[in-house]
Amino acid sequence: MDFSQIIPSLPSLWDGMKLTLQLLLLAVAGGIALGTVLALARMSNSALLSGFAKAYVNYFRSIPLLLVITWFYLAVPMILNWITGEFVAVGAFTSCLVAFVMFEAAYYCEIVRAGIQSISKGQINAAYAVGMTYSQAMRLIILPQAFRKMTPLLLQQTIILFQDTSLVYAVGLIDFLNAARARGDIMGQSHEFLIFAGAVYFVISFGASSLVKRLQKRLAV
Amino acid sequence: MNYNWDWNIFFKSTGIGSEIYLDWFVSGLGWTIAVALMAWIIALLLGSVLGVMRTLPGKVLPAIATAYVELFRNVPLLVQLFMWYFVVPDYLPEPLQIWFKQDLNPATSAYISVVVCLALFTAARVCEQVRTGIQALPRGQSAAALAVGFSIGQTYRHVLLPQAFRIIIPPLTSEFLNIFKNSSVASLIGLMELLAQTKQTAEFSANIFEAFTLATVIYFVLNMSLMTLMSLVEKKVRIPGMMGGAK
Repeated sequence: MDFSQIIPSLPSLWDGMKLTLQLLLLAVAGGIALGTVLALARMSNSALLSGFAKAYVNYFRSIPLLLVITWFYLAVPMILNWITGEFVAVGAFTSCLVAFVMFEAAYYCEIVRAGIQSISKGQINAAYAVGMTYSQAMRLIILPQAFRKMTPLLLQQTIILFQDTSLVYAVGLIDFLNAARARGDIMGQSHEFLIFAGAVYFVISFGASSLVKRLQKRLAV
Repeated sequence: MNYNWDWNIFFKSTGIGSEIYLDWFVSGLGWTIAVALMAWIIALLLGSVLGVMRTLPGKVLPAIATAYVELFRNVPLLVQLFMWYFVVPDYLPEPLQIWFKQDLNPATSAYISVVVCLALFTAARVCEQVRTGIQALPRGQSAAALAVGFSIGQTYRHVLLPQAFRIIIPPLTSEFLNIFKNSSVASLIGLMELLAQTKQTAEFSANIFEAFTLATVIYFVLNMSLMTLMSLVEKKVRIPGMMGGAK
């Protein structure tokens, strides 16, 4: 084992990590936003909306993430092409981001739904009683409380997503793992670079989930 | 753009031997099931042992099990797969190494790596479920078993585990489904399971949408049937008079 080339390679590994974090942040923001919309749709009175949201969630939860990533990589450019009628160059990053947002939204939806359902019904009744509209009640009363309750679960899902971003390897995007693989091959230390990558993922995920556990204890009533 | 929709593509020749595309999907599904079932059996056994270890009195055994869980839960699945496929074989004893790298055909060595990887990865999750199941039982259960003279082993075997496993069937089911979905990473080390066959069909035939639609349908149906199967199991083993409202 010879880890000597890791230090000189840190800048290029950091470039990979930047892409991983960028993808993660955008995917989390998009996933939670879409997941919240889905959760509201799922709990709406309209059978059409809730049926759609339910089907969406079931669909994405029964197929592998890797399938979605691969499929979108091939399909997103074609679909955009049908819509716009022109050839649009869609990079692997964009197609992966779309795949992650749509896939993770199904998981975030279930967390948000559980969060909203844990708020007592008196809250929404009271909001209506003082004359708030549905959107005001959700925006000002229900969602702020629900999000506070479900923060630990959302963070845990985000840690899982952080690990899952490594799957972009399948479409050749140079994220942290792929940077480590490529760099290790060039340097002739592929084992060492892979072990280093694993250690970095471990430290970040383990550290983050320990923090989440502490947060959970503090939030626990 | 011109896309030639052709839902009959699955019955057309692949141009390789007398195979049609559907044959590829069938063989891919076969590999997916072979990987998932084998890995699941190991994961269930190992995970149960680890889960029991986490609940034992003393310090060493629970600490080992906890360390295992943290290690395998905090490293991405793909990194673990690369470890089992690229790194670990190089550190095996000489004869094993030659056997793994030269005597085995590439599909078999990829299969072994994926099964080991998914089994150990999933065992960490099974462990947590088993531990939760055991800890969910009232303390009186183990106290009563010990009081009537059961050894620790007997207490687990006859009193705690039979109840714990019944409680955790729903979360175990979702781990069982996850192992099928996770087995798709095998496509990244060249094992021709369902996703790899789908990609190959998409590339050979240029009928991307049909290929991926069929793959989605297969995963979906697989998921639904496993879920139905597990809920039957759950009903079958339910203890009359316990939670769940069975008669």
